[in-house]
Amino acid sequence: MLALFILLSAATAVAPVVIRRRARYAPAWAAVPLASGLWLAWWISQPEREPAWNWAASLGVRFSFLTDGLGLLFAWLICGIGVLVFLYAGSYLEGDPRLGRFYAYLTLFFASMLGLVLADNIILLFIFWELTSLSSFLLIGYDHHRVEARNAALQTLLVTGLGGLALLAGLILLASAAGSYELSVLIARGGELRAEPLFAPGMILVILGAMTKSAQFPFHFWLPSAMEAPAPVSAYLHSATMVKAGVYLLARLTPIGGGSWLWDLVAGVGLVTMLAGFLLALPQRDAKRLLAFSTVGALGMFTMMIGLGTPKAIHASLAVLLAHAFYKASLFLLAGAFEHATGARNVGEWRGLWRSMPAPAAAAALAAASLAGLPPLFGYVAKEKALSAMLGHPVHAGIFLAGFAAAGVCSAALAAILTVRPLGGAPGDVHAPGLLLWAPPALLALLGALAGLRPAAADHWLIQPAAQAAARTLVDSHLSLWHGFDAVVLLSIGILLAGAVLYWRLGAVLAAASRLRSAASYGPLRLYETTLGGVNRLAVGTTRLLQSGKLRNYLLIVLLTTSGLAFHALISRGGLDLRTDWKGLQPHEGVLAGTIAAAAVAALLFPSRLAAVAALGVVGLGVAVIFLLYGAPDLAMTQFVVEALTVMLLVLVLYHLPRFSGFSSRRARLRDLGVSLAAGSLLTLALLSVNGIEGDTSLREFYTSNSYTAAHGRNIVNVILVDFRALDTLGEITVLAIAALGVFSLLKLRFKGGGGR
Amino acid sequence: MTSLILATAARFLFPLLLLFSVFLLLRGHNLPGGGFVGGLVAAAAFALYWLAFGTRTARRALRLNPLTLIAGGLLLAAGSGCVAFLNGRPFLTGLWVRLHVPVLGEVWAGTPLIFDTGVYLLVIGVLMLVITTLAEETREQP
Repeated sequence: MLALFILLSAATAVAPVVIRRRARYAPAWAAVPLASGLWLAWWISQPEREPAWNWAASLGVRFSFLTDGLGLLFAWLICGIGVLVFLYAGSYLEGDPRLGRFYAYLTLFFASMLGLVLADNIILLFIFWELTSLSSFLLIGYDHHRVEARNAALQTLLVTGLGGLALLAGLILLASAAGSYELSVLIARGGELRAEPLFAPGMILVILGAMTKSAQFPFHFWLPSAMEAPAPVSAYLHSATMVKAGVYLLARLTPIGGGSWLWDLVAGVGLVTMLAGFLLALPQRDAKRLLAFSTVGALGMFTMMIGLGTPKAIHASLAVLLAHAFYKASLFLLAGAFEHATGARNVGEWRGLWRSMPAPAAAAALAAASLAGLPPLFGYVAKEKALSAMLGHPVHAGIFLAGFAAAGVCSAALAAILTVRPLGGAPGDVHAPGLLLWAPPALLALLGALAGLRPAAADHWLIQPAAQAAARTLVDSHLSLWHGFDAVVLLSIGILLAGAVLYWRLGAVLAAASRLRSAASYGPLRLYETTLGGVNRLAVGTTRLLQSGKLRNYLLIVLLTTSGLAFHALISRGGLDLRTDWKGLQPHEGVLAGTIAAAAVAALLFPSRLAAVAALGVVGLGVAVIFLLYGAPDLAMTQFVVEALTVMLLVLVLYHLPRFSGFSSRRARLRDLGVSLAAGSLLTLALLSVNGIEGDTSLREFYTSNSYTAAHGRNIVNVILVDFRALDTLGEITVLAIAALGVFSLLKLRFKGGGGR
Repeated sequence: MTSLILATAARFLFPLLLLFSVFLLLRGHNLPGGGFVGGLVAAAAFALYWLAFGTRTARRALRLNPLTLIAGGLLLAAGSGCVAFLNGRPFLTGLWVRLHVPVLGEVWAGTPLIFDTGVYLLVIGVLMLVITTLAEETREQP
């Protein structure tokens, strides 16, 4: 399994290069998800699995995988829809010079999504989870020259990224409650974990993470914004796979949390999201936004049914999820194809598609019929199952059933909006889309129809194993197209009729609803924008305050802060001990100290910069001599060379500057005098006090005794630098390199107009 | 600004200083010296050369782009830390082998020396980058 992910990383890396050369054959990249799917099928058929690779054993991070029915249902969806989307994308973005990069992002997403649903180790799951957020950011912002796309990408990243952090915290809490980082162990402990004190906070954080990822109210707003992405991305990430990650996680954790008050909360969140999503979808005329809001509604529906928690509800939830993956991905891809053909994304501008391009239009009709829940499509079968699961639910099923029925009515009306007018009527001026633009979604729509005609097969191979893995029991619930005339069928008929009525009276309903629009403007999106704006203003304010652009202000802040803190530490720790023995002072030491002090004063008084620099050089050399006298040859040597080079650099900079045109005012000079006296006297006090402190010597002894025996070096200073504390040195030289790059870019790139090298 | 005395002295001092810097680098593990100070001395050698003959000649004497030196030094230092992975040891663990060199006899050679060489190259690169950029910058000023 590790090999698969290494190969997928390699595929991500080479995609831009390979596809740039052969852009015409870009759809062939669909071989990547296809091969991964086949490999996965072979892998799970093996009787013996390779042992999990210990990534960081001391942290409990392992490359371990959990391939039960639940993970595999999602994995097949990711691979299957992946193949179709990869085929479609090359055609959709034909002629785009950055097509290779697009495929690289898409491959990255594919790999991370596959890892997410198959990971057993929760840290591994989290890493894949974040990788899907990152690839989603890259894909939404693919048209990065448009400000809307950039904003939408950022919005997605912030919302799902914050959710990801909550998820990480929650998973770690759950793991420490269970004493294991493996999901399989957590699930096996099941409901007994609920007695742990960390269970509730951990699970709430996990639910928050799942809510942001699966666009649950009040975090739903990022999903419609994400429609700035190209159509294949919307179909793949934002309807078929990524947004279902939260649902996957909740289903995965149902053995632990199912039936607790938290799962009731999940059901409530799902209900609100479902209603909000479908109701907000009705007034949309932009096809993709309409589909996005209805996806929000559908995600709410899955979440609600997972929250209800009975095996039947979970079974029905996964059935609806599969149906949704078929029809919604198909509709998104077809919306992209129609946009290509007509040049419009507005449903109102699509006309006569049936006559101008019958095959894509038939596919759209099929997919929309599944959305509406018309027999004999899979959407109908799944909806029936959901209704019966809710009718049979032991407690408070009434409100959920009513909500579900309302959602069903809206779906039916939405399906009508998407098909009745756009498909009918006289054809307009269109050019028919290419085969790869309509065949993949048509195949998806057909699969939805086939699964509806043979529900037992889909049930046996995909949904039953998944439901059993999620519920940890045998699920006594089966899918069928016709199960006798009962309350469920009556309800279904009622929902479809109400949907038809809603579509017929849509204008009047929307006019009535438009009065509520002012209230809707105070939604979570507004809160997000206000917060983001506030953070930006705060950042600008602090930057203005602190980054004046004047070197002397920076120096002032640094000196005052350092001196203040150090002084506070000296006083509060009682470290001020000035008993110093001056008797051992040698005459040459006195002369040296006097020279240094005189040079420092001279540096202040010289009216020319060059002379001041030279005087500072004398100070530095004097200090180097002190190092030499007190047995630090390494330090002295370095100091000598540094001093020489510093003077050279300063001369280099200052030589070309004009003479001082004016000196600072008297007040400024007095202020500078005060600050420098404060800093200087503090350093003096600190040095004098250090003399009196008898510190811990164990470190010194360690270095002395191990320098030669363990590190083969007699020069302890150097051994510390390159061996004992080499990581520090590595950090320091990295900083040095970055500083040099800073100088280089500040001085060099300015003259070239910022266009790069 | 060309001085005959400086130019003559620089021509003789340049190779000596470079040699000295390598000497410092190699002996650093047992006696005062090391990659950092060695790099500084080498950079001082190039700086002297630059003072005597100007930017273009100094750059030619360096042969490599300073940016390449910086990146190479950083990679070398980080890479020397990765060698430990091959032995299943943590990052930057020093690994040593006893080598038999004809003239010097038995010597210990290890990854810390490679690390120090990385530091050496990086320091030269950083200083030369700063000096040459500043030099070009000041020349372009009116």
